Amino acid sequence: MPDTLLFAAEVTLNGLMAGVMYALVALGFVLIFKASGIFNYAQGVMALFAALTLVGIQQGQVPFAHLINAVFGTSVHHFGWTVPSLLAIALTVVVMIALAIAVERLVLKYLVNQEPIILFMATIGLAYFLEGFGDVMWGADIKRLDVGLPQGLNSVIDETTFNIFGYGFFIDNLDIVATVIAAALVLSLTVYSQFSRDGRALRAVADDHQAALSVGISLRYIWVLVWAIAGFVALVAGIMWGTKLGVQFSLSLIALKALPVLMLGGFTSIPGAIVGGLIIGMGEKLFEFFVGPLIGGATENWFAYVLALLFLVFRPQGLFGEKIIERV
Amino acid sequence: MFYREAGDFKTSYVADSQTFPIAFDRWRYYAVLAVAFGVIPFFINDYWANAVLIPFLIYAIAAIGLNILTGYCGQVSLGTGGFMAVGAYAVYKLMTAFPDISIVIHILLAGGITAAVGVLFGLPSLRIKGFYLAVATLAAQFFLVWLFNRVPWFYNYSASGQISSPERTVLGVAVTGPAAPAWASYMICLVFVAVLAWVARNLTRGNLGRQWMAIRDMDIAAEIIGVNPLMAKLTAFAISSFFVGVAGALFFAVYLGAVEVGEAFGIQKSFLVLFMIIIGGLGSIFGSFAGAAFLVLLPVFLKNVLVGGLGWPTDLAAHIELMIVGGLIVAFLIAEPHGIAQLWRVAKEKLRLWPFPH
Repeated sequence: MPDTLLFAAEVTLNGLMAGVMYALVALGFVLIFKASGIFNYAQGVMALFAALTLVGIQQGQVPFAHLINAVFGTSVHHFGWTVPSLLAIALTVVVMIALAIAVERLVLKYLVNQEPIILFMATIGLAYFLEGFGDVMWGADIKRLDVGLPQGLNSVIDETTFNIFGYGFFIDNLDIVATVIAAALVLSLTVYSQFSRDGRALRAVADDHQAALSVGISLRYIWVLVWAIAGFVALVAGIMWGTKLGVQFSLSLIALKALPVLMLGGFTSIPGAIVGGLIIGMGEKLFEFFVGPLIGGATENWFAYVLALLFLVFRPQGLFGEKIIERV
Repeated sequence: MFYREAGDFKTSYVADSQTFPIAFDRWRYYAVLAVAFGVIPFFINDYWANAVLIPFLIYAIAAIGLNILTGYCGQVSLGTGGFMAVGAYAVYKLMTAFPDISIVIHILLAGGITAAVGVLFGLPSLRIKGFYLAVATLAAQFFLVWLFNRVPWFYNYSASGQISSPERTVLGVAVTGPAAPAWASYMICLVFVAVLAWVARNLTRGNLGRQWMAIRDMDIAAEIIGVNPLMAKLTAFAISSFFVGVAGALFFAVYLGAVEVGEAFGIQKSFLVLFMIIIGGLGSIFGSFAGAAFLVLLPVFLKNVLVGGLGWPTDLAAHIELMIVGGLIVAFLIAEPHGIAQLWRVAKEKLRLWPFPH
């Protein structure tokens, strides 16, 4: 096979893997949007916050150390112990559940029946708050996150492809793990929402708030539940992205990357998030590979948006979104 | 006592339909203008001009622009930063290409160019609605910033990739460049704000404004009663982008002087202006001013208290500032979703009845 084609195939594969990572973030958006009609801008910051908390717990950092030092003139940093990864993840899940409860108690409860745009703005406010809160709590320096996930070149794929094509494909182990985890996550979420009691309640709320209320489903409980699940998805995304890029502020920007994925897949569809992620991931890598060098490079910044924009002009509800029916 | 209509009889239609029908309101408006034009320029110093007054005036223009689009016409836009960048780069290209023409004309032309770009990115709004549109405007934001970063023609092939404004004069006084006195920079911004706010106020009161509001409240119903959605949405995009472009041009030429596009006109700027109109009040010109003032003053205030007053390190203060801004936005949305403008309306109603509220 010619070299360009092999390159393109490698780029496509890597793009698909990157798309899975985008889809992981997009999943959290879809969950909350389906269950409460809230477009949760804070999803990306939640991933950052989860990753920060995980690293902080793992390394035994003192929360709010910076603030305490500034107020009392002390200099505390670490407790001096480290927590095993699994326990740290479990503790972070607890923190994310607490966050979900706090968000419901302090914010959402008061905003029932407001227009979607107001709720959207509230989540932007929440994103700012969480970003500052995470930094104050754990410090803003770039941290390394290591929970024992494999990283680097996958030698098996490299050797196999080298033997077949005479050219070794570079596939990151982490991307493979991410793909497996994303598949497991989608599968378990689907099973959960199809067969469990809470899952059915969740779908009922997504379908019609008032009808769900009238058959005795507690809206507030469902909201806490769905935010907790979204928090968990954020944690998974945070671990993946944090391992890949290091835990830092730019992690919250992946939320922006997830938005075109959502537009493409439709805000209300879990499979849509996955397929949208794959299309965006593959498309932007291929575009950068073929067209990028001609027009100055770094097209990944905007390609996804323009693709989604053009796509929406022809299909305003996205690939798998519910058909928009408008009445006066 | 205040805001009394009693005894204030209107004898003509013109008098009846004026912007400030209550005499007290009208005099307060004149008083504010008199102070802004006649008093502040004589007492202004560099710190107040650069930290508070000039950013306030420029953000007020941007906020009015976004308010026209989002508050009056209901089309949420997250591309404000990108459109401000268009204004900035347009004025830069014009200033360097035609140095003999007055900068005022350049700034207006920059607004016009931004309007054209705004219409281009507004076209999908006819098909895409709500959140989908909000996210679609992000395409404008990222694409425009990338364009100005990567195409050297826009920054005249300068080595740093930055653009910096040469010195230009209005009536013989430098208004841009490092030698411009604070009062001159302040005055040119003030003139633009005063004129544009007047234009915006009257546009939103008139036929066009009513069309926008009809589209905002329910676009299908508006279409049925005879509002042309194509015209209404595209005029909103055009006029809004004109305002935002002028704000971007002033932001670059008068306020910053030198600009790196990703830093000055990034996505953060889009959100900042959006917050201004939410906190100030959607669909209100006064709200645009109030929101701009609030979000310009808040960081200055917090910095003075936390760093200057308590002696905390600046990075901690910056994080706490983020928390406070985020918390305030949420609190505002819970307490008063219609923003400061609504608080002001309520206060006015109370004042009208005071001191006998029954």
